[in-house]
Amino acid sequence: MDGFFSTYVLPTLLMIGETLLLLVCLLLFIAYALLADRKIWAAVQLRRGPNVVGPFGLFQSFADLLKLALKEPIIPAGANKGIFLLAPLVAVTLALATWAVIPLNQGWAIANINVGILYIFAISTLEVYGVIMAGWASNSKYPFLGALRSAAQMVSYEVSIGFVIVTVLLTVGSLNLSDIVLSQRDGLGTMLGLPNSLLDWNWLALFPMFIVFFISSLAETNRPPFDLPEAESELVAGYMVEYSSMPFMMFMLGEYAAIMLLCSLTTILFLGGWLPPLDVAVLNWVPGVIWFVLKVCFVFFMFALVKAFVPRYRYDQLMRLGWKVFLPISLASVVVVAFVLKLTGWA
Amino acid sequence: MTALLGSYLPIAIFIAIALVIALALLTAPFLLAYKSPDSEKLSAYECGFNAFDDARMKFDIRFYLVSILFIIFDLEVAFLFPWAVSFGSIGWFGFWSMMVFLAVLTIGFIYEWRKGALEWD
Amino acid sequence: MGLQALFFYIFAFVAIASAFMVVASRNPVHSVLFLILTFFNAAGLFLLAGAEFLAMILLVVYVGAVAVLFLFVVMMLDIDLGRIRSGVLEYAPIGALVGVILLAELIVVLGGSFVSPQVAQNVGVPIPDFAVRSNTAALGDLLYTDYVYFFQIAGMVLLVAMIGAIVLTLQHNRSVKRQDIATQVARNPQTAVETRTVKPGQGI
Repeated sequence: MDGFFSTYVLPTLLMIGETLLLLVCLLLFIAYALLADRKIWAAVQLRRGPNVVGPFGLFQSFADLLKLALKEPIIPAGANKGIFLLAPLVAVTLALATWAVIPLNQGWAIANINVGILYIFAISTLEVYGVIMAGWASNSKYPFLGALRSAAQMVSYEVSIGFVIVTVLLTVGSLNLSDIVLSQRDGLGTMLGLPNSLLDWNWLALFPMFIVFFISSLAETNRPPFDLPEAESELVAGYMVEYSSMPFMMFMLGEYAAIMLLCSLTTILFLGGWLPPLDVAVLNWVPGVIWFVLKVCFVFFMFALVKAFVPRYRYDQLMRLGWKVFLPISLASVVVVAFVLKLTGWA
Repeated sequence: MTALLGSYLPIAIFIAIALVIALALLTAPFLLAYKSPDSEKLSAYECGFNAFDDARMKFDIRFYLVSILFIIFDLEVAFLFPWAVSFGSIGWFGFWSMMVFLAVLTIGFIYEWRKGALEWD
Repeated sequence: MGLQALFFYIFAFVAIASAFMVVASRNPVHSVLFLILTFFNAAGLFLLAGAEFLAMILLVVYVGAVAVLFLFVVMMLDIDLGRIRSGVLEYAPIGALVGVILLAELIVVLGGSFVSPQVAQNVGVPIPDFAVRSNTAALGDLLYTDYVYFFQIAGMVLLVAMIGAIVLTLQHNRSVKRQDIATQVARNPQTAVETRTVKPGQGI
C-alpha cells in the first residue's frame, strides 16, 4: 500500500500540481500580455489605452473576463449546436496543450519528450480545426468565408515554418527542445574566439531564417498585418462573428495562447531559451526562467509593434508572400545550411 | 521503454487539465448569465438583411488546390525531420539522397509556379 | 505495466468505436470528425508501441493535412445526405471483403510469432535500444541510405500527386487582372511618365 502510494499517487499529484502551476501562470501572463498589447498599440497612436480599471488599467483583463462571463451566450438557431460549442473548446485545449513540452529552464519542462518540436508542430497544425469547425457550424456567410481564408492562410505558412524548424534541427541533431537550447551555448561567437554570449544563439547564424520564422508566426496566428480572416472592413469578425460571451473569449484566449507559444518557440529556436546573454557570474546568478520570460516579452513586444505599425495585407499578396517568397527561401536555406554543415564538418 | 512512456504521461495529464479548464470556461456563462433569446438574436448575422439562402455554398476550387499542395509539402517536411536528426551519421550519401529527393520536388514546384497555380485571383 | 494496459484498452476501444461511428453517423461532417478521433487514438497506440516519431507524423500528416482536405470537401460541397445513405448497403460486401482480407493477414502475421516465438529475432535490422538511439534517429539512419530507392520512389509519387492535382483543378479566369509586383516595383519616372508640351487650344 505504501509502495503504491509512493510510486503512483505521489508522482501523479506532483504532475497535476506542476501542470496547474504552469497553466495558472500562463493564463495570468496572457491576461497581462493582452493588456500590454493594447497599451503598446495605444502608445503608438498617442492614446492612453485602458486606464480605468485599477491603477494604469492593470485589472482591465479581469474585468473583461467577468463581463464576458456574465453576457448572454447566443447559439444561432441555424447553427449546428454540438460543433458550434466544440470549436472554442478545441481551440483553447489545443493552444494550451502545446505548453506541456516548453522548457522554461534547464529541466523545467512538464514533459521532456524526445520529439518535443514535432509535438508542437503537430498540435499547432491542428489549431486550424477550431477555425474551420467554428466557420462551418455557425451556418452564416461571414464566418464561413472567414474560416476558408483562415484555413488556407494557416496552412500556407505552416509549410515555411516546417522548413525553418528543419534548418535549426540540422545544427542540433535532436528533436528535444532542451537539446535545441543547450546546443546554442556554443556557436558563431565562440568560433571567433569570443566568450559564450548572445552571439552564439541561432538568430545570428541563421538570421534570414529568424526573419522568415518571425513573419510566418505573425501569419500563422492571424496577427496583423495578416489578420485577413477577421478583417473588420470586409468580414466583420471572420469566423467569430456568431460567437458571443465566453465562447468568444475562448477564441481570443486560444489566439493569445498560440501567440505566446510562438514567442517562446522563437525564444527556444533562435534566442537561446533560458541562457543568459553573456556568460559572466552576475548574469548567471539570475535564474534561467527569468531570462526566458524576458526574451518572450521581447518577442511579444515586437509582435505588438508590428500590429501597430504595419497596414493590412491584401489576400493575394498574403498568399504570394507565403508560397512564392518564403517557401523558396526556406527550402533553399535548408539545402545551403546542410551543405555548409557537411562541408565544414560542424554537424 | 517504460521511461519513454513515462515521459508522455505528463502530456496526458496536461491535456486533461487543459480540457477541464476549457470546459469550465465554456459552461460558466450558461450557468451564470441572464438569458432571453428571441428570433432576431438567434438569426444569422448578415449586416441587417435577412439571409437569402443557406450559408454553405460552393466556393473556389483554389482552396482545395492549396490544401492538396500543403499535404505534399507537409510530407516533404516530414521526410526532412529524421534526415536532420541523423544528419551527422548518414554521410555524404545520405546528403545527396535527400538532395535528389528535394530536386524532384523542386521540379514539381517550378511546374506549379509556371502553370500559375500559385497565383491567387 | 497496469497503466500501460489501461491506456491501451482506452485507445483501442475509442479507436474502434469512433471508426464504427465514421461509417454509422448520418452527417458526413460528423464522420470526418470521428475519423480524426480515430487517428488520434491510433497515434496513442503507436506511442504505446514505442514509435513516438510515427505517432507524431500520423498527427501532422493525417490529422493536420489530409483530414483538413476531407473536411473542406465534405463541409463545403452541397452533398445530398439522402443519396449517400442509400449507397451504404451497396458497398457493404466490398467493405466486408477488405475487412476479411485484413483479418486474415493479421492472423498470418500474429500466428507466425505465436507458433515460433524466435521469429521476431530474425528481422533484418533490429530496433536499437531507446536509451542509445532515439526512434527518429534510428529511422533516419536507415531511410536515406539502406532504403534509398524506396525513398526516391516516395519523392516521385509526391511529384505525380502535385502535377495531378494541378492538372485536375487548375482553371484560369481570364477576366481577372493580376498584380505583377516585380514590374510594378521596377517602374521609374522614365518609363512610367511622359512629358508633352500641349499647345493652347489644341489638346493632344
